[in-house]
Amino acid sequence: MRAVDAVMECLKAEGVKHVFGIPGGANLPTYDALYDAGLRHVQCRHEQGAGHAAEGYAKASGQVGVALATSGPGATNLVTAIADAMMDSVPTVFITGQVRTDLLGTDGFQEADVTGITMPIVKHSIMIQDPLEIPEAIHEAFHIARTGRPGPVLVDIPQDLSRAEIPYEPVDSVHLPGYQPTKEGNTKQIRLAAKALANARRPVIYAGGGVVNANASAELVELAMSDRFPVTCTLMGLGAFPAPHDQWLGMLGMHGTRSANYAMDEADLICCVGARFDDRITGKLSEFAPRAKFIHIDVDPAEISKNVPAHIPIVGDAKQILPKLCAEYRALDTDSARLDGWWERVRGWQEKHPLGYEDSEGSEIKPQYMIEALYEATGGDAIVTSDVGQHQMWAAQYFHFDAPRKWINSGGLGTMGFGLPSAMGAKVAMPDEQVVCVAGDGSIIMNVQELATCVTESIAVKVFIMNNGYLGMVRQWQELFWDGRYSAVDMGSSPDWVKLAEAFGATGVRVDDKAELPAVMKKVLEAEGPVVCDVRVTPEENCYPMIPAGQAARDMVG
Amino acid sequence: MGEPGTKEVLNLDDLQASSGFRTGRKHILSLLVENKPGVLARISGLFARRGFNIDSLAVGPTDDDQISRITLTVDGASHPIDQVTKQMHKLINVIKIRDLEPNEAVARELALFKVSADGDSRGQIMEYAEIFRGRIVDVSKRSVTVEVTGPDDKIEAFEQMVRPFGLIEMVRTGEIAVSRGRTAT
Ligand SMILES: Cc1ncc(C[n+]2csc(CCOP(=O)(O)OP(=O)(O)O)c2C)c(N)n1
Ligand SMILES: [Mg+2]
Repeated sequence: MRAVDAVMECLKAEGVKHVFGIPGGANLPTYDALYDAGLRHVQCRHEQGAGHAAEGYAKASGQVGVALATSGPGATNLVTAIADAMMDSVPTVFITGQVRTDLLGTDGFQEADVTGITMPIVKHSIMIQDPLEIPEAIHEAFHIARTGRPGPVLVDIPQDLSRAEIPYEPVDSVHLPGYQPTKEGNTKQIRLAAKALANARRPVIYAGGGVVNANASAELVELAMSDRFPVTCTLMGLGAFPAPHDQWLGMLGMHGTRSANYAMDEADLICCVGARFDDRITGKLSEFAPRAKFIHIDVDPAEISKNVPAHIPIVGDAKQILPKLCAEYRALDTDSARLDGWWERVRGWQEKHPLGYEDSEGSEIKPQYMIEALYEATGGDAIVTSDVGQHQMWAAQYFHFDAPRKWINSGGLGTMGFGLPSAMGAKVAMPDEQVVCVAGDGSIIMNVQELATCVTESIAVKVFIMNNGYLGMVRQWQELFWDGRYSAVDMGSSPDWVKLAEAFGATGVRVDDKAELPAVMKKVLEAEGPVVCDVRVTPEENCYPMIPAGQAARDMVG
Repeated sequence: MGEPGTKEVLNLDDLQASSGFRTGRKHILSLLVENKPGVLARISGLFARRGFNIDSLAVGPTDDDQISRITLTVDGASHPIDQVTKQMHKLINVIKIRDLEPNEAVARELALFKVSADGDSRGQIMEYAEIFRGRIVDVSKRSVTVEVTGPDDKIEAFEQMVRPFGLIEMVRTGEIAVSRGRTAT
C-alpha cells in the first residue's frame, strides 16, 4: 500500500479516533489517505488552532492528540503549539508534510526546515528518509509522546516518500535503545521518603501537572490522607487534589493563596510530586522554603535538583511510587498528633487570609464574581479551558476543581489564544461534558478563527470572554511596577463580540449587569451549539494576592 | 535578575557577573549515540542553549554500524554540566554518556602543523618533531608539515615550540578518549 495508507493504519493501531489539521500541497497524499480511513478529521482554520486543539484533546482525555499540517507555513504555524506542548508535557504527535526529497535544502516552494526549527521544543522528531521507515516512525512517535514525561513528537514526511508503495506489516514493538524511562522508583529512596514524612513536623505535599499526566490523583489523595498532610497544587496540577477538601491549601505560587505560600515558607519537609520548582512557584529562589528538606518525585531525572536541591530524589512514575510510599508510611504507624501544631498555624492563615475580593455594590460585574458565577452555574461540573492573563489566574483561584483533567490551560509557555482551540479539542474528546472556555478579550482574538471550526463541525463549546478592555495582566504590572505608564495595553475598539459570533454562525450574548449574569450563564450553558458570551467586567481590577516578581512568599501583597 | 516586574536598570557589570563566566574543570564527555541524522545538531543545541562553548568535538564510527561515538570537551562548573548531561540523556538517540575525569581517562588528539621552514630552521623543526615523537608527513621548499599525537597539553606544547618559526596552519582533530582499566567507557 502507499506509505500514507500505512500511516493511517498505524494511527488506527495506536487507537487514534480524531485528528486536527489543515491540508496543503506537501501533505495532499496524507489527506487523500485520510479521505476514507475512518478517522474523524477536524478541519481547523489555522494550524496553531489545530495544534492547541490536539493539546486540549490530550489534556482532557489522556490520549495522544494528533495534528496534521502541510510543509512551510503550515508547519511553522504549528510551532507555538509544539512549544506549548513541550512546556506542559502534553502527549501529542504532529505530522507534517515536507517538500519532495529532491527539493530538500533548495528553498523549494513551501520548504521550511521544520525539524530544525523545532529541535529545541520537541521531545523528539523524526525526519523520514526512507518510506520503509514510516510505520516504525509513527509508532515510535506515539510511544515517545505518551511514555515517560509526555511531550510533543514531530514526524516530517517528504511528499514523494509519502506516495511510495511499501509492504505494510503491523509493527508490534519499537526499538529505542536510548529511551527507557524509569518507572518503579528506587525502593530504598521510597523508604527514606516515608521516614522523612514520619519525622516531619511541618510537612507539605506540593503536587503538579505530573500527577495529572500520570493519572495518579487517587494515589495522591491516598498519600495525603494516610496522615493529615496539607496539600497544595501548582497551576498545572489543579484538580489532582480535590479543591473542596479539609487538607487543601489552595494553589501556590505567584497568584496562589497565602496559606499555601506561607506553608511552603515555613515547612520543614516538602514532598514535591510531578512539579518542577518553576520561577512562578519559587519566587526569589534563594529565599524559597528556607527551612525545608525536599523529597522530589518526578519521572524526568533532569528535573531533579534543577532549581532546588532534592534531599530525597525518587525518579519514576507517580502512579507506581505513591502507593509504595503510602504503604511504607503507614507501616511506620506515626502519631498524627505531631501535626496538631502545624495545622493550628495553617488554620490561622486560612482564617486570616481567605481568598477574597471586594464585590461591587451596584450592577458592575467583578471578574472574580464572574468566575464564581460560572462555578455556580456549572455546578463545578465542567471542563474549563482558559487563555492567558488575569482571567486565567482568577479562574484558577475561584473555580474549585475537584478532579483532574477538568482544568486545561497554558502554564509553561503562557500562550494567549490557547483557550478556544483547546476547548474545541477537549469537546471533541469528551462530547458529553460541558466544555467552557474562560477567555480574555486580548487573547481570544489570537485564535478566534476556530469559531468557524466549532460551527462547521458542531463543536458546542461555551466561550465566556472576561472583557475588561485591557491586556489586563500587563496593565496590572504597569500599574504596580512601572509607575502606571500604560503602554499598549488598552484594547481600544474591540470587535462587537456578539456580532462577531453571529458572523461565524455561532450565538452571541452580552451581559454587563451582575444581577443578570447567573441567568445568562445558565442559558448559555443550556444552549445548543457554540456560544460566545461577552461579559463586561470591571476594567481595572487587579489580581491578588501576588508575590511580586523576584520576591519571596513572605512578601505577598494584596 | 532582569525580572520584567522590576524597573530597576541593570548594571552591565552585575549582569555579566550573574550570567558570566564559568570556570570549572575540563570535562571530557564520551557519548554513544544512534547513528541517525540530526543527533549532533540536537546535542550541540543543548550546549548552545545554555551558552556553553564546546572546546572540541570528535565523531566517529564504533564497532557497531548503528552506533557512533561522540567525544566532546567543555569547560564548565560542575552544576551546569550536570544539567546539560541530564538533558542529553533525554535525547532519544543518545544511548550512553560518560563524563570522564581527565585522570581516569586516556585522551589523545592528532594535530597537523604546517610550519615555515628554510634551510636553517628545517633541521630544528625536525629535531623538535623527534622529541615530541611527531612525524614529518610533508615537505616543500619552504615548509614542513608535522603530525603529532597526544593529549591536548602535549599538542599545545609543540605548538609553542614551532610558533616562532612561523606557523602557517594548524589542524586538530579534537580529543578522543577511553576510560582507564578493563571496563568499557
Ligand atoms: C502570545 C502571547 N503574547 C503576549 C503575551 C503577554 N501577555 C501575557 S498576559 C497578556 C494580557 C492578556 O490579555 P487578556 O487576554 O485580555 O487577559 P486579561 O489579563 O485582561 O484577563 C499579555 C499580552 C502572551 N502571554 N502570549
Ligand atoms: Mg483583558
